[in-house]
Amino acid sequence: MFDALADRFEGIFQRLRSRGRLGDKEIDEVAREIRIALLEADVNVGVVKSFIARVKERARAADVARSLTPAQQVIKIVHEELVTTLGGTTGKLALSSKPPTVVMLAGLQGSGKTTAAAKLARHLEVNGSRVLLVGADLQRPAAVEQLRVLGERIGVPVFSEGRDPVKVAKGGLKEADRIGATVVLVDTAGRLQIDAELMDELRRVGKVAHPDDTLLVVDAMTGQEAVHVAEAFDEAVGLDGVVLTKIDGDARGGAALSVKEVIGKPILFAGTGEKIEDFEPFHPDRMASRILGMGDVLTLIEKAEEAFDQEEAKKAEAKLRKGELTLEDFLDQMRQVRKMGPLQNLIGMLPGVPKELRQTEVDEGELARVEAIICSMTPEERRRPSVINGSRRLRIARGSGTTTQDVNALLKQFKTVQQLMRQMSKGKMPRGMPPLPV
Amino acid sequence: MSGATAVLVLVGIVALAVFLILLGVGLSRRAQRREAAPARPAAAPAPPGAPSAPSAAPPAPAPPTAPPRLRDRLAKTRAVLAAPVQAITGRGRVDEETWDGVEEALLRADVGVATTTELLEGLRAAAAGLRATEPEAAVELIKAQIVAQLDGDADRSLQLVEGQTNVWMFVGVNGVGKTTAIAKLARRERGSGHSVMLAAADTFRAAAAEQLAQWGDRVGAPVVRGQEGADPGSVVFDAMSAAQARDTDLVLVDTAGRLHTKVNLMEELKKLRRIVERTPGALREVLLVIDATTGQNGLAQARQFADAVDVTGVVLTKLDGTARGGIVLAIEAELGIPVKAVGVGESADDLVPFDPVEFVDALFA
Repeated sequence: MFDALADRFEGIFQRLRSRGRLGDKEIDEVAREIRIALLEADVNVGVVKSFIARVKERARAADVARSLTPAQQVIKIVHEELVTTLGGTTGKLALSSKPPTVVMLAGLQGSGKTTAAAKLARHLEVNGSRVLLVGADLQRPAAVEQLRVLGERIGVPVFSEGRDPVKVAKGGLKEADRIGATVVLVDTAGRLQIDAELMDELRRVGKVAHPDDTLLVVDAMTGQEAVHVAEAFDEAVGLDGVVLTKIDGDARGGAALSVKEVIGKPILFAGTGEKIEDFEPFHPDRMASRILGMGDVLTLIEKAEEAFDQEEAKKAEAKLRKGELTLEDFLDQMRQVRKMGPLQNLIGMLPGVPKELRQTEVDEGELARVEAIICSMTPEERRRPSVINGSRRLRIARGSGTTTQDVNALLKQFKTVQQLMRQMSKGKMPRGMPPLPV
Repeated sequence: MSGATAVLVLVGIVALAVFLILLGVGLSRRAQRREAAPARPAAAPAPPGAPSAPSAAPPAPAPPTAPPRLRDRLAKTRAVLAAPVQAITGRGRVDEETWDGVEEALLRADVGVATTTELLEGLRAAAAGLRATEPEAAVELIKAQIVAQLDGDADRSLQLVEGQTNVWMFVGVNGVGKTTAIAKLARRERGSGHSVMLAAADTFRAAAAEQLAQWGDRVGAPVVRGQEGADPGSVVFDAMSAAQARDTDLVLVDTAGRLHTKVNLMEELKKLRRIVERTPGALREVLLVIDATTGQNGLAQARQFADAVDVTGVVLTKLDGTARGGIVLAIEAELGIPVKAVGVGESADDLVPFDPVEFVDALFA
């Protein structure tokens, strides 16, 4: 998500930099381009209006025309405004001083509440909470059944007894006391914000459950409507935060920007994939950097620290520095990197990666194929790929269930990468990448 | 230099290296596939002059209970909102601000920048030619222009040939309302006297088959389902055999929601389509279900799904909220995929035929 928006900003800023001076006319032009970029990303029309107005005003006030680096000035202003819009620091779930903490999830139909509930439950369990899931969605057929299956999968108890959601919520709290749960997650039925009856029901569930956190679940692909939804739910039950779902698609995420701006509540979590562990805290400041093409180095470091063995990493780094990289090392590193999540996401977090690379689709299946090819080689072949001749190539292809063309492609690319590594170890970095620390 | 930075740089380099290698292997494979790919068997096209297609006439009042009309269903909710049209017409003359108002109304309806700009250009020219100075006239002109863009000669009926096993397949991203749309269509077709079978090929989401089964009970349609996590292809195959054996008129295939960016899942969908094509039943419709609250991403969804499985129509769901579903304008204009049905409520009867005029009225209401 956000990558497309990032690309737009990259383009706009590049044109900006090539300009000598920036008068009112040029500023208007830039503002117009930013407006279109934001609108195409589904940022709410009203939010765009005020955003543009603020940028323009500040650009004029700062007198960028007289500045020595007018483009830099404008970029700085846009960046700052974007960070403000996305909401500065990372929000946290408010935990009750007197357990259990009650969290209620609400939202439109199909926004992903039930999945988010299970994902959040797992996230909290991993971090040491004892969670009880309460299924108060009695509207959609088999919604409770879905929650039960998910609960079983992650080993979290699910409570859903009673004929109406209010009773279910009440029973859920009692059950939480009984089993000593520290967090109660209440999954509610999807509803339209204009459905007075169901909104009233939600209010009543809220009165019984006394949630410490009421979270609105919003689909990242939502368009202009996101703002109306957020406002209406906030008015009805008082929101404390937002869970953004399905951000692993190519939606540009304008809904996220708009919701934060309009109701002033932080986005706390984001659903990032099909699997139950694909769920992360949301860091607005990091997102702003990503949108402006500055990479998301912090998240990358965190992920690396989780996945990498420090000792191993140091060894690999030493080899890399000497410019020696064998297929064996490469296989090790590749396996480690895979632990960090989808490759596409990782590349998106790297600063200074050209747009073409970022946009190319990565088929994770290819990873398995590459792994199979390398695994089908003898240790000697892995260390010295130059010994691979025709018959060895055929054997490798057969062993890995690929073709000799695949093996060739891999070897050719690997050679290129080796050359690249050698260059880098001599201190020559490809454009945009930080030099290796010495 | 801190350890973290060193590790980071390392990770970056390795990620890039892995990526470059993948790219090479991927490209080589793709090239091979293209060479080896057998010509795809053309989907049995609906016989053009199918004599007894009952749903051919657009305003077919087929179900016994008169279906609710789009206009009636939308009127309620739309009244709540301050109408942008009033802001436009209240000014008394047509000037730049009128056009700004129109632009904003379209953008707020999720029509999108590109389509809006295109529409406005045509409109300004038309308005100048007609010397439309009355805002009301201008608004009517706008609506007519949009309807003209929508309408064309699109066939908005759902294809069903009597005496055969017809198959409609439903695809879309997660949470758009595929299962509910199927239930509603099953109810409607049952009402028209067709025997209907539901194939629960969403074997991925927890309890998805259960949800469909409950709907099947309610609307009186048998449901073919497999184990959770089973191969959806086998479910489709079983459903097709069962439908053949029972001379079922219509099989509705529910597929798992998938983001259009997931290559493997889209491949799986292509496979499902091939399985349906290989069985004796006739694949008449591949319907892309789109949530009316979807923004500009809807166009990307439509493009990818159309590429993968040749979508024949769009079902626009959840139009009973305040969302206007303007993205279908772009989908029709750019990809030529007609909207065939609209979901406007919670109950099983709340699925109505798409009417361009009423839809455009609602965009501005």
